Amino acid sequence: MTDSEAIARKYEKVITPMTRTGWAFWATAIPLAAIFLWSVFAFGWQYRFGLGETGMGHPVSWALYLVNFVFFIGISHAGALVSAVLRITHAGWGTPFGRAAEAVTVFALAAGPTNILFDLGRSSRFYWVALHAQFKSPLLWDFTCIMTYFTVSVIFLYVLMVPDIGLLRDRFPGRRWLYRPLSLGWTGTEKQLSALGKAIGFLCIAVIPIAVSVHTVVSWVFGLQTQPMWFSTIFAPYFVVGAIYSGIAAIILVTIALRKVYHLEDYLKPYHYNNMGLLLLVFTLLWAYFTFAEYLTVGYAGGEAEHAVLWSKLTGKYALLFWIMVALCFVIPFPILVFRRTLPGLLIASICIIIGMWIERYTIIIPSFIEPRLPYVRGDYMPSWVEWSMTFGLAAGFTLAFVLFSKLFPVISIWETEKDEKEKESKGN
Amino acid sequence: MYRWGMVIDLDRCTGCQACVVACRQENNVPFAGEQEAVLGRGKFWMNFISEVKGSYPDVKMRFFPIPCMQCDHPPCTKVCPVEATYKNPEGIVAQVYPRCIGVRMCISNCPYTVRYFNWHAPAWPDDYKRGRNPDVYKRRKGITEKCNFCIQRIRTAKWKAKKENRRIHDGEVIPACAETCPSGAISFGDLNDSNSRVSRLSKSRRAFRLLEDLGTKPKVYYLKEGEWHDG
Repeated sequence: MTDSEAIARKYEKVITPMTRTGWAFWATAIPLAAIFLWSVFAFGWQYRFGLGETGMGHPVSWALYLVNFVFFIGISHAGALVSAVLRITHAGWGTPFGRAAEAVTVFALAAGPTNILFDLGRSSRFYWVALHAQFKSPLLWDFTCIMTYFTVSVIFLYVLMVPDIGLLRDRFPGRRWLYRPLSLGWTGTEKQLSALGKAIGFLCIAVIPIAVSVHTVVSWVFGLQTQPMWFSTIFAPYFVVGAIYSGIAAIILVTIALRKVYHLEDYLKPYHYNNMGLLLLVFTLLWAYFTFAEYLTVGYAGGEAEHAVLWSKLTGKYALLFWIMVALCFVIPFPILVFRRTLPGLLIASICIIIGMWIERYTIIIPSFIEPRLPYVRGDYMPSWVEWSMTFGLAAGFTLAFVLFSKLFPVISIWETEKDEKEKESKGN
Repeated sequence: MYRWGMVIDLDRCTGCQACVVACRQENNVPFAGEQEAVLGRGKFWMNFISEVKGSYPDVKMRFFPIPCMQCDHPPCTKVCPVEATYKNPEGIVAQVYPRCIGVRMCISNCPYTVRYFNWHAPAWPDDYKRGRNPDVYKRRKGITEKCNFCIQRIRTAKWKAKKENRRIHDGEVIPACAETCPSGAISFGDLNDSNSRVSRLSKSRRAFRLLEDLGTKPKVYYLKEGEWHDG
């Protein structure tokens, strides 16, 4: 097919990373794999000796695993939601981010719920949640929503990749075993294109409410409980905003890394990042608004139990973490996003936001446990080596999955870039 | 139908903590050990809190035994994703150990923090093991356990009463904590029976329940200190 030849040549830079694996790949993949395998060992250790190997106890009975759970599910929102919204609104500048965003979603959704598996006292019985479902439990709603979201996200990522896989099937005879079944016989005919268009249209619309539902229900795991400062009506939108916020930051971080490593400067231009920066700015403000509203309400009208938690965050034991969070989630990124939406600026802002949002989840979950309603049970919490191993193992696994993905599939959607270009041309004429 | 309840007279409580020990013995509550206890992993189905006010010689001390409140609207049961905990028809919030998968959402949603988790496999000192109660269900690592008003004793009493074709008499069945209390501070019985001791005491002017504003409707009542011969 001469057409595919021409396209492949044109998008050489997108395809090259899949053909060449240099020392840099191994230097990244091997340490990541080592950290990941270490976390598998740590999990084995915990499974053998019990959850007592973590730093959890009484009253802090949920800790780092739940923080990681909420954090990764949050990251996953980026993906599908951002790329679906940008597609529906025909925001052409979103195209180069699409593939990366969808992949981030899928891998983050694989990493997030894994934490629940770590957190179970009897991990091997996790499927009982489906088998003995008790529909009044927010955790069951969670399970349902996340599984739905995961399935739809995988389909979303895959369907949008089919034309590219068709191209790869023609380009890489050595990897036919992989690409041929995945390409579903894609040849790019008129009929296939229209079917694909319909499927994408449907998926875009389906994925938005599902994504919103997922973080809503994740927030309800906390918001529907009696713990002070969890029991809040704005938790659902607060969590959804926070999720998209950290998600956008994750997309920016991931694509800047890909751009640098795979030399994709022609596709990911400062113009694209400027727009992405504006989107991030909107969510910085939304996040700050929600946070302010939440803390003001508790501070002004909250009861004794709520105040105990609030002051432990503002001036007490968790003050340092809390104010670091405020700095990382608002004070630092806000001026950057207003005045300097350049690549280095965005890189700093997104790293701050990702770390800041992790701390946000920590300061939402742990202090409420430390100061429960009745004033006699007090405890402390410090994560153990097992929990840290699992945290870093998941982060490494997530990154490794992305690295491997980028070696098998184009990280920028070739067919959509081509389509956008043709549309632009026809408009110009 | 019975509706089991407990009344703890704080005025009579001397703070001897015999209830804590008796409960541990009756229900095979494992020993956490010093190291684990520091991490807050000690299990006390019957927990005991003391508060010291003032300094020598003008010291006031208050005691507070805290079992599971056996709420009528338990926040813990509805959040369990596998229905491992439920309120049984007689009002006892029961834990089904083999069903529990250790999610711990019940623990975090219990405002009284009286649910306990088996962080490690349960352990006892060797010479203690022989004295374990054979009537109590075994627990394993990774599951939640809690006070159940010595449900095994209630079951035995019910069998006996059924054989004799009668209801359980007031005071016929009492949990280990109430049985052992030297000052008789803990009463136990059927709240549905308006003549029972707990029924009368729970209507006393001194009676109150913990965190009533949460609407959990506990079936453990406390009697305030200070007024004798009132119940």
